[in-house]
Amino acid sequence: MNRRSLLKSTALAAVASLSFLGMAHAENPVLKIGFVGVTSGPAAAWGISNQRSMETRAAWLNELGGYEIDGTMYDIEIVAFDDQKDPKRAIAGMEKMAQDGIHYVVGPNVDDGAAAVRPVAEQNGIMYFPYAFPKELYTAPASNAVLGMVANYQSGPAIYKYLMENNGVKKVAFVAANESDPLSQRDGGVEAAKALGMEVVSDSVTYQVDTTDFTPVLLPVIQTQPDLLVLSGVSPANAPQLIRSARELGYEGLISTETAQDATVLQEGAGELANGFISVGGASTPELASDAMREFVDRYTKMFGEYNDESNTKVYALEYILETIKANPAAMTDVEEFKKAMDTFEAPNPYMVGDAKLSYVGSTSFGQKRQVSVPLVVNVFKDGAFETLFVAQVD
Amino acid sequence: MEQIIANGLYLGAQYALIALGLTLIFSLMNVLNFAHGQMYVLGGFVTYTVVSQFGLPFIVGLLASAAILAAVGAAIEKFLFAPVIKKSKREESTMLLAAGIAFFLDAVILLVFGEKQRGVPKILNGVLNWDFRIIMPYDRILIGVLAIAMIAGFILFMQYTKAGRAMRALAQDRMAAELMGVDVKRYSMIGFALGAMLAGLVGGLLVTITGINLGMGGPTSIKAFMMIMIGGAGVISGAIAGGFILGMMESIGLTLLAAYGDITYLVIFASLMIFLAIRPQGLMGKPWG
Repeated sequence: MNRRSLLKSTALAAVASLSFLGMAHAENPVLKIGFVGVTSGPAAAWGISNQRSMETRAAWLNELGGYEIDGTMYDIEIVAFDDQKDPKRAIAGMEKMAQDGIHYVVGPNVDDGAAAVRPVAEQNGIMYFPYAFPKELYTAPASNAVLGMVANYQSGPAIYKYLMENNGVKKVAFVAANESDPLSQRDGGVEAAKALGMEVVSDSVTYQVDTTDFTPVLLPVIQTQPDLLVLSGVSPANAPQLIRSARELGYEGLISTETAQDATVLQEGAGELANGFISVGGASTPELASDAMREFVDRYTKMFGEYNDESNTKVYALEYILETIKANPAAMTDVEEFKKAMDTFEAPNPYMVGDAKLSYVGSTSFGQKRQVSVPLVVNVFKDGAFETLFVAQVD
Repeated sequence: MEQIIANGLYLGAQYALIALGLTLIFSLMNVLNFAHGQMYVLGGFVTYTVVSQFGLPFIVGLLASAAILAAVGAAIEKFLFAPVIKKSKREESTMLLAAGIAFFLDAVILLVFGEKQRGVPKILNGVLNWDFRIIMPYDRILIGVLAIAMIAGFILFMQYTKAGRAMRALAQDRMAAELMGVDVKRYSMIGFALGAMLAGLVGGLLVTITGINLGMGGPTSIKAFMMIMIGGAGVISGAIAGGFILGMMESIGLTLLAAYGDITYLVIFASLMIFLAIRPQGLMGKPWG
């Protein structure tokens, strides 16, 4: 075959495949759901697990023939934008979503990004589901943001109380990265610990996210001899190193965080030193996972080669968006209808065993229902896997 | 105090090894390699893959990182930097190229190795505890000693081998070296490969301690630039001094300033600005280049 005919046949094949793809997609109308979050740089794991969770669920639904809303089957398309953890980029991402006519967006992943996109979302009729904790995002007059997970000021007190009652914890120390999210989570944690009557023995030590040796960082903290060391807002990249350094310095107390972690990362980075580490998880521990959750994990692993345990908490946002639109189809293009549906919305939680429900909560923390109800699953790491320590409900 | 010195020496040894590669490339080619941190990250991921995925011994991983990064460095010099340097006399051309390579390597690392933090099992268990005056895990001591041994090996290589002498001649005066019969193209490529190899070796060494993730490249490059600014750009002894000074400053700052929050790097940056205002060529650099 000469070069010209090879080029011709390649071009024809490409055109034919594109036409076929076009036809395949033309069968169902498309419902676009956006994602604006960090998928590059040091915090990429947070956003990538978000995006891949959405893409896995969308592919799964599309494979089943689409998602039915008001008698019509829709193919779900995820439109993703990497904000590089930069608020300016997050704004650009939300503007892109608005230009694409998208009304529902998952993300951003961090506080400043979530705060920055608020005006764009409100002006363009976009509901967004940030993984960020500032209360003003969810408290009136704000009304377009829905907290996509359990906040640290909700999980922290529950964890500390459990450890006080079950492990006799009295003295607590906090360590945080010198960034807005971890620092605000630390402040919230300190407040919660003091409110419970715990003695806060150290709360001023912070570190750079690119620290390569945590021994000098942790030494003054360990010298205060806490019963519990809280790694506030710790990223999965830093958690194993901090745990390892603390144990190598001879610390024998408890270590916890209010962020989600990945078991493989902990095992590789800290090995058995991470045993006993307490973190917030989702619904994939064997005790809680439903068949649907197990299938989700299988599909994710097949699509992307490896599952990320952080997705246990990130599997929910897309489900909430779709189920709420299904409950009130007028919400497809009108977020005010979505807000109306939120007050009474309830659907079965497909990812947990038992009769768990999907519903909106947040009245206690925000004065209005602007948070997805996900179980507060507190895990403990043991020999390369998470075990459920306890489960609680928020609101 | 003993703990501060021990931490400073450990940090300094790894920092010096990172800075050496960067300063070598700068001295030979006048190129600020913004992709140095990404090369470090790539080296870490290669060691991780060899050790954790293929189950081979750590030393094999380390050698693989050295070999692959040397090959990557040689290819980058031959196919990217050499043509650009030949065609453009503007220094910013190579700077832009280096920045482009950094972004490219970030993207490749994300695609090939993923977004997760990776690490390999400890190569030595146990912790040295000298009466609570110095607490240092044995693996850190080993890595520190290995880093110092590599620095010594590098100095000996540069001092006593033909290639080392040729590269030093190139660094001193490129034209004079060429007139004296030094194969400039060949030794530029070897120098770049050696610089990249050093970055890969440190990445491979530290993956056992700190692990590795794709976001570590940029901050590593920034620290490497700080070290060569302290010691003097293009001066090998300056890079070593810069590495140990930065390591010691970090150790002292993190211990003594911990109560005031994370101001260690604020103090280091402020000190560096004052220092550069007084001595812009660094400790061991020459004002004329």
